[in-house]
Amino acid sequence: MAALTMYPENERLAGDSRVAFNLYVISAIALFVLMMLLGLTMRMGQATWLSVPPDLFYRLLSMHGAGMVGTAALATTAVMWFFLRKYVHLHLWAFVTNYVMFMLGALCIIFAIFIDGYGALWTFLYPLPVHGMGLWSANAAALFMLGYLLLGVGMLVFYLDAAAAIIKVHGNLGRALGLQWLFGGTIDPDHPKTVVASTMVIIANVLGILAGAVVLVMSLVNIFYPEMALNALLAKTLIYWFGHMYINATIYMGVIAVYELLPRYSGRPYPITRPFLWSWALSTLFVIIVFPHHLLMDFAVPRWFAVTGQVVSYSAGFPVFLVTMYGALTNIYRSNMRWTMPSRLMILSMFGWAAGIWPAILDGTIRINLMMHNTQWVPGHFHFYLLLGVLPMVLALMFHVIGQRGDAPPNTAADRLGFPIYLIGGLVFVLAFLDAGHLSVARRMATHLPEWTGTDKVGSIGAMLVVLAMLYFAVRITVGLLKAPARGTADDGTANTAG
Amino acid sequence: MITQNVVWTIALAGMGLIALGFMHVIRQAGKPADETAVRKAAHTSNVLRRWLFGALLVIFVGGVYATLHRFPIAPQHAPLDIQQVVDVTGQQWSWQITPSTVHAGSPVEFRVTSKDVNHGFAIYAPDGRIAAQTQAMPGFTNKLVHTFTQPGTYRVMCLEYCGLGHAPMTSEFTVVAASGD
Repeated sequence: MAALTMYPENERLAGDSRVAFNLYVISAIALFVLMMLLGLTMRMGQATWLSVPPDLFYRLLSMHGAGMVGTAALATTAVMWFFLRKYVHLHLWAFVTNYVMFMLGALCIIFAIFIDGYGALWTFLYPLPVHGMGLWSANAAALFMLGYLLLGVGMLVFYLDAAAAIIKVHGNLGRALGLQWLFGGTIDPDHPKTVVASTMVIIANVLGILAGAVVLVMSLVNIFYPEMALNALLAKTLIYWFGHMYINATIYMGVIAVYELLPRYSGRPYPITRPFLWSWALSTLFVIIVFPHHLLMDFAVPRWFAVTGQVVSYSAGFPVFLVTMYGALTNIYRSNMRWTMPSRLMILSMFGWAAGIWPAILDGTIRINLMMHNTQWVPGHFHFYLLLGVLPMVLALMFHVIGQRGDAPPNTAADRLGFPIYLIGGLVFVLAFLDAGHLSVARRMATHLPEWTGTDKVGSIGAMLVVLAMLYFAVRITVGLLKAPARGTADDGTANTAG
Repeated sequence: MITQNVVWTIALAGMGLIALGFMHVIRQAGKPADETAVRKAAHTSNVLRRWLFGALLVIFVGGVYATLHRFPIAPQHAPLDIQQVVDVTGQQWSWQITPSTVHAGSPVEFRVTSKDVNHGFAIYAPDGRIAAQTQAMPGFTNKLVHTFTQPGTYRVMCLEYCGLGHAPMTSEFTVVAASGD
């Protein structure tokens, strides 16, 4: 098993790799801040603290949704690339192609929304994109979808390059997942968790992106040839199959940072085990077949389909609670941990994921979905594990990297202040959403009933705190990344000494 | 008992337990441990993991049975023997609900569809909470069966984003006391 080194030589970022990584990270963090500002604007509009006309609100909502999902994918792709390149040979051109395609796609999406007025949200639910009722044109919808296609193609290029590289080393994707050790045999202790997680993401998200491509092309054909109508239920099924896997892939790419970095900060090995392999094998299956929980209120779907959505939603909790969360907590228990920004953020991410999945599982219950579907319970649970789960995973890697480039470990007084502001703001923000869901406040509405604005106001205050902390993180990370490494050698620092 | 309150309580309890577990470990994380303590902690951890697995399994089986042994959605592909039928059609941005008065105490079958885009047919009880909902999808008719227990004016809101007029897309219907009450 590899020794625990804080900054190993094979993670060194130099030359073009460093430029590419910095481009990803700085773009992602700037986009996160911008998208958060849009979110804050919408929450303040609902709270009646700002006047946000409905047409603008739905454009902001479309931009916020597409922007956040896309940015989360961009940032976590950087996490996966950063660690996976140690174990397999990734081509830098594939990583850069994904970035270029992302930016081209983002330009299409921004143009479609802010110039052409597109406002059918990130889910482009058929046939809304062609029913703009004067708010947007069919061309705007087509441009938005073209943007998605560009994003998807870029991501596919990166995944296919990664898949080829993994197969070259491990023979096939099954062996990379560690399936050969599920029922016995001696597990290779050096088999990288990063390879296991990356393989899972590639399998699931390539399927998801292909499903997305199919429905995007179908929708584009319908835009230009309206007589070729689609089956609305089939279109919705494909959209949610794509959307669910695409956003879930960000969690599974982001958590690679925790697997790689946590043992360095705890000073304790984090070995690969059979439960870990079972967990990832099952998660691969679950993430592919769990999407029917998005269609529980579409009663036309077969009963077995809805039941699958509920039962698999419940099952998906097992790997998260028993392996990922429990493994991380066991790793740090009485480890003489000295807390710095990366370690704080990693543990926060584990909490955000585990706690956020709980209301998500509840909502995956058909009987409960009858009351909670499309209320603010939904943004409550997904913001929980994105804002307090995925984003801290990404930030942990960012702070880790700038820790090498600064003169001191990432644990300044401002860091120590920024972290609780982010944590408290995030908790207030997501709990306000969940409370609103429990009060039956509808999601995705520009204007709220007077009795709904209480939770809007609390949520807005939480969002302000999050934005404040995130602004600081953005500046800190950008400045840190642009600095040259302060230390002479890449592997300076041993595990659990950064504090 | 309001379902949403029960769900909220379960959610808070679950998230609170997870938070307590994290706080305990975080407090312990800063302490050193010698070899013996590490071995003991690893043993305890394995025992606890088994208990956690057992607890999750009980919740899983119990939850699935409790919520699915009587399937909460009416059969969609066979005729329902229900006397009160309400036809509901959504279109940007209004509802057509016929008839607009039903009786409490016996089931009502809402046949919900859409003329244009996807809408969400959500019934808000007089206390402001959602009583039931289904999607209104073009090309499909969803049958939502609900028995009202309280007479009053029920508000209908659209819960699936459908464009500029989504928020004001509301309507109402009346539930009167059961015949003979």
